[in-house]
Amino acid sequence: MDEFIVRALLAGMLVVLVSGPLGCVVVWRRMSYFGDALAHAALLGTAVALMLDMSPLFGVIIIGALVSYLLMRLQRKKDLSSDAILGILSHGALACGLVMMAIMQSQGQRVDIMAYLFGDILSVSWQYVAWLGALCIVVLMLMYRLWELVLSIAVHEELARSEGVAVDRVRLIFMLLMAVLVAVAMKIVGIILITALLIIPAASARRFASSPENMVVMAIVFGLMSVATGIFASMQWDTPAGPSIVLASVSLFFASRLKPVS
Amino acid sequence: MSEFLIKAEHIGLQINQRQILDDISLSIKPGEILTLIGPNGSGKTSLVRVLLGLLETNQGRLSKKEELVIGYMPQKFHIDAVLPMSVLRFLQMGIKASIDEIQNTAKELGIEALLNQPVQSVSGGEFQRILLTRALLRKPDLLVLDEPAQGVDINGQQQLYQLISKIRDDYDCGVLMVSHDLHLVMEATDQVLCLNTHICCTGHPEAVSKHPEYLKLFGSSLDGMAVYTHNHDHSHDFNAEADAPNCSTCEHKEHDHG
Repeated sequence: MDEFIVRALLAGMLVVLVSGPLGCVVVWRRMSYFGDALAHAALLGTAVALMLDMSPLFGVIIIGALVSYLLMRLQRKKDLSSDAILGILSHGALACGLVMMAIMQSQGQRVDIMAYLFGDILSVSWQYVAWLGALCIVVLMLMYRLWELVLSIAVHEELARSEGVAVDRVRLIFMLLMAVLVAVAMKIVGIILITALLIIPAASARRFASSPENMVVMAIVFGLMSVATGIFASMQWDTPAGPSIVLASVSLFFASRLKPVS
Repeated sequence: MSEFLIKAEHIGLQINQRQILDDISLSIKPGEILTLIGPNGSGKTSLVRVLLGLLETNQGRLSKKEELVIGYMPQKFHIDAVLPMSVLRFLQMGIKASIDEIQNTAKELGIEALLNQPVQSVSGGEFQRILLTRALLRKPDLLVLDEPAQGVDINGQQQLYQLISKIRDDYDCGVLMVSHDLHLVMEATDQVLCLNTHICCTGHPEAVSKHPEYLKLFGSSLDGMAVYTHNHDHSHDFNAEADAPNCSTCEHKEHDHG
């Protein structure tokens, strides 16, 4: 097996380890639009990083954190729905990122917008995989520590608050973890398909799970299968890797529906 | 340390220039049941949220016993089917109770047979008892129950209220309860506070049920209320149809609606 395939598989699997638990929470809390907004903001993050000549990973995390913070601030005034606020932030950031990249291109800088939009998993370096591994471990450890709190907020926010859970802080940390996930998943499936990686394996896992933790494990399993199938399909038929992974995931989802509701 | 579990003095709350709560004072002692009644939009839930610290207000003073543990049972809510969770897991969430402890409390509330079922599969009345179990597992000094009988049929409601007074006796905790039906909670409560932004009247349930302010708020809806059977061991002398017309004329001038 070529080494670049090993790297791609490894990178995909690391991301899926994180997108499993986060994706389940996103599905439980109906946050998929938030995932989308962060993904769109990732283009702005990349543009900023390119401009400042730093790693896109960190540009995306910083801009993602900024967007999360803005979202929380704007949500406090109740005169706009979260939906509308997310739409504004999401598309504002996307447009800003596209404009900045176009300006950079016109100044002669080589910017491969397509790679950001659709992912470029087959070109990851060992160094990138190492960074990915480090970030994923940090996210997993934090999720593990916060799990009961995140879960109780997902069940009923007010009840959790009345029981002494620092809801706002946990939510903010969760948003930051999402920003990290978006940063690492961008290279795998691309900005446009990040939400798919979050939601589809979690949704496929539902019928195979009897507890929240169970669902997380199954979401990771479905994610791993999607990454492996997608990458090999992409090699076999020379299709783009990111969309192939998502397509594999969707196929697995429909296959999962064959299982009767228990 | 005071003898009160929780004490509110002259609490007021404004949201978007609208007065939600106006000059509310109340206190709950250990072993005492206080019931909040009031029509929809009267601020019952807002008051509960202020007392729980879920809603901030800068009008009035709120004091709590040191290290007061509150067991909160929110209004009936729905756990999305996409979240797989057994009743047991729901009860375990966020507490360190042992399985034995959970089973014992579940037995007390008659839900031990449900522990391994998905939490979405239980009936309304069962879910209310599950929520109550969850609140009790935290060994509360004060139970706060927001419309505990919501979605429960009349018979189940009476059982639930009996259960609540039994819990008060067994656990010696204070209880703050929201209800919109004084009839059913009458036996289970020591004190009633009738709320409509301000405190309309307060006192012993029987006294409140005859208070003109109460009848003014509930008078019309009380017509025909006496139809269902009451298996009480004593009578409450409660005849809304006779009293209501007398009170339809009373104006309350003692409150200043600014």
